[in-house]
Amino acid sequence: MRATGAVALGAVLAIGASACGDSGGGSGDKDSVTIGFMGDLTGEASGIVIPPSKGAQMAIDEYNATNPKIKIKFKTYDSQGKGEQAVPLAKTAIQKDKIVGLVGPAFSGETQQVGPVMEEGKVPMISASATNSALSANGWKFFHRIVGNDDVQGAGIGTFITNGLGAKKVFVIHDNSEYGKPLGTTVEGTVKGKGATTQVSAIDPEASDYSATVNQAKAFKPDAIFFGGYYAAGGKLIKQLREAGVTARFLSGDGSLDKGLAKGAGGKNADGSVIGCPCLIDPTGKASPASKKFSEAYKAKYNSDTAIYSAEGYDAATAFITAIKAGKTKPEEINDFLKTIDVPGVSKQIKFTDKGDPASSAIYVYQVTGDTLPLIGDANTAKLSD
Amino acid sequence: MFNSFLDQFWPSTVDGLSLGAIYALVALGYTMVYGVLRLINFAHSEIFMIGTFAAVGAVEAMGITTPVGTVALIGVVVVLAVVAGVASGGAAVLLELLAYRPLRKRGASRLAALLSAIGASIALQQFFALVVIPTVFDRPKEGGYLPVQSNDFANPVHLFSIGPVDVRSDKLIIFVGALLMMVALDQFVARTRLGRGIRATAQDPETAVLMGVNIDRIVIATFALGGAMAGVAAALYMMRFEETQYMVGFLLGIKAFTAAVLGGIGNLRGALVGGLVLGLLEMYGSSFFGPEWRDVVAFTVLVLVLMFRPTGILGESLQRARA
Repeated sequence: MRATGAVALGAVLAIGASACGDSGGGSGDKDSVTIGFMGDLTGEASGIVIPPSKGAQMAIDEYNATNPKIKIKFKTYDSQGKGEQAVPLAKTAIQKDKIVGLVGPAFSGETQQVGPVMEEGKVPMISASATNSALSANGWKFFHRIVGNDDVQGAGIGTFITNGLGAKKVFVIHDNSEYGKPLGTTVEGTVKGKGATTQVSAIDPEASDYSATVNQAKAFKPDAIFFGGYYAAGGKLIKQLREAGVTARFLSGDGSLDKGLAKGAGGKNADGSVIGCPCLIDPTGKASPASKKFSEAYKAKYNSDTAIYSAEGYDAATAFITAIKAGKTKPEEINDFLKTIDVPGVSKQIKFTDKGDPASSAIYVYQVTGDTLPLIGDANTAKLSD
Repeated sequence: MFNSFLDQFWPSTVDGLSLGAIYALVALGYTMVYGVLRLINFAHSEIFMIGTFAAVGAVEAMGITTPVGTVALIGVVVVLAVVAGVASGGAAVLLELLAYRPLRKRGASRLAALLSAIGASIALQQFFALVVIPTVFDRPKEGGYLPVQSNDFANPVHLFSIGPVDVRSDKLIIFVGALLMMVALDQFVARTRLGRGIRATAQDPETAVLMGVNIDRIVIATFALGGAMAGVAAALYMMRFEETQYMVGFLLGIKAFTAAVLGGIGNLRGALVGGLVLGLLEMYGSSFFGPEWRDVVAFTVLVLVLMFRPTGILGESLQRARA
């Protein structure tokens, strides 16, 4: 997911402060190394960054509890999602705190700016949530992410629209953002390739009146509507579509995976809408038993349910832990190790392509049901029950 | 292009008129203050914002949690309009007393007042985001930067169709409500003693003082009336969208100011014409070129109009309006 759309998984915020972990600096001593976490921990989008930071913290706490020879210190860097804050923080992390690996940055924009710093400092990073496709095309050697990029997501959701829903006419709306527009375009390309007819429209997420787009959608009479953008605009859009009598199935991407979507849509307007995400939030173990075990442990530790990207944060930290377990304690050694890592994680197999993308990344679909978002399944195979 | 324009002509017309009616009501505040003080009151968009939050609170206070029927809805909207009108009007008066009057008394330049307006606008936005929304609207966890939904109280229903034109309850209430308010204000300014004072001050403040007009009272009345109109607009807006946030006035304020200029700034009827024309232009422009061209079309037409009629469509300003 890209940046600004604020996300309110409110309940986790209060506990967030306590997750800010060890403030001990430096990996100077021989029996410990420091892993950093960077992202928006206090700003308006912290709701999607605190869960992965807690996931990473949990992986490291579990490791330290086994009393290993080399312990890991966990240090958080609050970039507030802003590149201009992330860059100096990354420099501090590398030069002063001598981190050996960084979980993050959380958003694509800040990652784009922090990438060169990590290259120069030769310290590996693994983002749990930066999904912009262009990031892995920079040729960076120290960049990794444990989440499928927006191209993968768009293709997955597009496949679900045509195969899972059987939609023939698809109306694609995007918010003209760096995140929403490419995602919408990929979805449109995918469904077109599978024989659907499409029409594209755009909204201004800052505006409140979407009647022009609603009138277009009404005239097009689609089977399905895909929205590339964030939940705040998505909710308003659903409300205005439904009030105008447009009943087509509403779908969106990870930027809309939030309770705020249903709240903004009002009443039961959002019910039945389908949200795709490269993240796995699976407390009942529908996709894998590992995620059930993870969710239970997470709940026991933090007294809150797993949320967006918490499993991915855990997996990113696990990748570093695996390297350290294998005796790699220098940043460059760890980076070399990540090239060949191949171990099971909670959200997916932890294995990277030479560009730093995850080797396999399923897209999962979730369905809005009241104010919950239960997992339906893998976008390529899932079917709706109703 | 042309086909989609024809397909969507009637829905676009209805949407354009109801949207334009809200622009027009907000535009009144800009135009009145400009007429009297030659000041562009940039904080007027926040006066609108305050109205929307007053409406959220009023819906809550009335204990409405489910949509009401159309007739009851009219009653609810009237109550909301009164509450939001008082809140916005009061806020506008406070704004004048705190941000503008002290500057005028010290003979500060118009630019200083303009800066004060911009500062007040930003300060009010952040004050709501950081203090009012988290505490008054009880959202300490989500923070004040996120949208606030009112209780769901309006469920738009299809009322009737005239040929190809579908008329929906919320859009009709907005249009008729706004029109009634504008007629009332126009009559007030044209016929009452206070209205005559406003016109006299707009025409020539110094002479008005010599003739015994209490300028301070007139300015207060101008802010109160303009603010109240923004409050009514906020109530109508909340019925349609049921959601607001600390920045809600920003874009709408720019549009309303544009409407005021398009119609002829300083001219009450111009605000109505400008608002409706702008609303229609936006909708027709989007159906013709696509929604992303909405503002481009609207502002291109604005520039063209001002090139040929620098004083706006109706041109004449408040001071010369049937003095």
